[in-house]
Amino acid sequence: MKALSQKRRHPLAALALLVLGLMLTGGLYAVVTTVNEAKADTTTFTAQQVDEGEKLFVANCATCHGVGASGTDAGPSLAGVGAAAVDFQVGTGRMPMQMQGPQAREKPKQFNADQTRELAAYVATLGDGPALPEEQYIDGKGDAAVGGELFRVNCAMCHNAAAAGGALTRGKFAPALAGVSNSHMYSAMVTGPQNMPVFNDANISPEGKRDIITFLNTIENQGSPGGAKLGSLGPVSEGLFLWTAVMGVVIGFTIWLTSRTS
Amino acid sequence: MTSTTQEKYVPKTSTGRITDFVDQRVGGSGMLREFGRKVFPDHWSFMFGEVALYSFVILLLSGTFLTFFFDPSMAETHYNGSYVPLKGVEMSVAYSSSLNISFDIRGGLLMRQIHHWSALLFVAAVSVHMLRVFFTGAFRKPRELNWVVGGVLLILSMAAGFTGYSLPDDLLSGNGLRIIDGVIKSIPIVGTYISFFLFGGEFPGTAIIGRLYMMHIMLVPALILLMVAIHLFMVVIHKHTQYPGPGRNDRNVVGYPLGPVYAAKAGGFFFIVFGIIAFVAATFTINPIWNYGPYDPSPVSAGTQPDWYIGWVDGALRLMPGWIFNIPMEWHIPLPWGVNTLTLNVLIPALIPAGLVFTLLFTYPWIERWITRDDREHHVLDRPRNVPTRTGIGVAGFIFYCVMWAAASSDLIATHFQVSLNDVTYWLRALFFIGPILGFIVARRVALALQRKDREIALHGRETGRIVRLPHGEFQEMHAQLDDYKRYKLVGYESPLPEEGIPNENGIVTKTEKRRALLSRLFFEDRVAPATPSELAAGHGHHEAIESSDETKSVEH
Repeated sequence: MKALSQKRRHPLAALALLVLGLMLTGGLYAVVTTVNEAKADTTTFTAQQVDEGEKLFVANCATCHGVGASGTDAGPSLAGVGAAAVDFQVGTGRMPMQMQGPQAREKPKQFNADQTRELAAYVATLGDGPALPEEQYIDGKGDAAVGGELFRVNCAMCHNAAAAGGALTRGKFAPALAGVSNSHMYSAMVTGPQNMPVFNDANISPEGKRDIITFLNTIENQGSPGGAKLGSLGPVSEGLFLWTAVMGVVIGFTIWLTSRTS
Repeated sequence: MTSTTQEKYVPKTSTGRITDFVDQRVGGSGMLREFGRKVFPDHWSFMFGEVALYSFVILLLSGTFLTFFFDPSMAETHYNGSYVPLKGVEMSVAYSSSLNISFDIRGGLLMRQIHHWSALLFVAAVSVHMLRVFFTGAFRKPRELNWVVGGVLLILSMAAGFTGYSLPDDLLSGNGLRIIDGVIKSIPIVGTYISFFLFGGEFPGTAIIGRLYMMHIMLVPALILLMVAIHLFMVVIHKHTQYPGPGRNDRNVVGYPLGPVYAAKAGGFFFIVFGIIAFVAATFTINPIWNYGPYDPSPVSAGTQPDWYIGWVDGALRLMPGWIFNIPMEWHIPLPWGVNTLTLNVLIPALIPAGLVFTLLFTYPWIERWITRDDREHHVLDRPRNVPTRTGIGVAGFIFYCVMWAAASSDLIATHFQVSLNDVTYWLRALFFIGPILGFIVARRVALALQRKDREIALHGRETGRIVRLPHGEFQEMHAQLDDYKRYKLVGYESPLPEEGIPNENGIVTKTEKRRALLSRLFFEDRVAPATPSELAAGHGHHEAIESSDETKSVEH
């Protein structure tokens, strides 16, 4: 300790402290960001898949995303988006896009599962990004109650508390989540497609994501305890139903009651 | 009764003896005779008041059931019922007991749904009833005060609905309460104090559900019952209005007596309404509170809307811009004790449209009475087309309401019609101002056109589709005259002329009087006069000439 107190007025002491501080914060940052980042697990892809993926990419995607996926005016660079982004965007038919618009819409898939995987393999080689979700987190066997709370806090403001979807600004929207596969739900959370924010592992842990998926599976599969759901859209569809169907029947009866028998 | 000459009535059966015993003490037969002979005209549009009354009875019955199991406490608990996705979740006792009613109490969910569906139908029936009364002019003398009572009932029914909507303490209703809290807090100076008083401290506090519950099950229903009693009492005093028709005038009522036909129909109609609601409640879910989760001030769900009858106020809030051009609607006013915020972007849409609608609604009978100087009693209704300006005003108000109502579902309009949410808002903002004006003009013109059509039919009869070729080669379609009953409906209405301003005792036409004259012109200047007897006679003669004489080259077609 004595040596340290003697050297602390050394001309290079400030510099040394600066370097030390920078290294500490940088090191901490690196640790924290790697915690947040699901590393691309390229080992699950074979070299042949990457090659096939590149061919598919050049033929189908490079028009907008550029050769080497470096991005053009029509489409962003794909370096670092990861295999999960491909799994979601191509796997749900959103990519290739039909046309430019506020938002890529879900449509019939253009590539089969193998081709999607090959594309994912290729895109994963472009830079580290979220990998395909691990089986253990998409089995739908988490805690639905915890998932429900996470969903209400993080997701319901766009997707609606009953996951029926909702509007965003200027023609964009959060889609309804019924019928979305568990793997795509997970991929969407880690990659943040379209206008969706990224929910990385520091934000919602993989177990939390599993719980959310479990919650969504539960409400989708449990049916509606109270009868027909009217789209789960809340008071608007209830009011519409009342004013059209119920009022219509009531008026029908009033006319019947006041019609003359003659 | 000259009982000295009459034999005393001795009932023969035991039922008769009991009935006679009761009747001698309460005088029921007199009342029955009086009420049983009350005559009610028959028309389907007269039944909505009944629908409202019956929905209210169903609300009382199902609501009583719900009070047996609902606990309005905001104490914290962990849910331990049978709905798995909420198991162990922290929530208020109120929400937990609402879930228990839904999942663990036999018939509870059905009762909740009956209660909620009949609440929606109640306010809807009240609204349709009021529209009918407005468009047919049933609010005119002597019924102005009953119109006001009806308006109070509308407000009370909305209050009953809103206090009930908030009770389950789920996320959806909590968001609704938060908006109410925001509106209250936007009131200058006293807003914050009122909010703290209402919620017992900072929102949401631990008191509000219990307070709303007291209002929902005691105060508001008691007031509604009182108003319904006054409303029906006045109906008995005024007698029911009737649509124009042969033999109907302002001194009689043509219809069925209450007993037995009308009472049977009305009684049966209660069960029909109950049946419809029970069927809907059994097959269509309403307010699935388990979807929304417990209230927590941090999350807000997409598609958060109030029940339909509060929708228009929510819509007004959605339509209001935060900035108008470069002027912010949120003002920070420096005052000696600090900076106070005036949030006009909440205050204006929350208070002004509703204030406007209700002020006009309550004062309209007197406004029209002032303009038309019509102080006579009216028991025969107007067909809406025969009062084009009033119909135009009604349609304008209706569209004003509907634009705000639609704005409350702007997000769902955007997603379901795949349009931009911003565009929906811009269009509705424009329609908010233009819609009522267009509605007024179009409805008034349609009414005038229908009147002209009526006049045409009254004078020239109905087109038969029978084409006759005359000897000189002309083709004509024969017209059939209406029978007298049908024709009466088309010609038997009043069509006053516009009035000039009337000088006062000093011979001066005051400014107010000039304004009244202007409005009178607006009301009546485009009038279509009903066909007069002489015109009818001329029309007949003309028409018969066509049918009888081959020589006439008529312009008839």
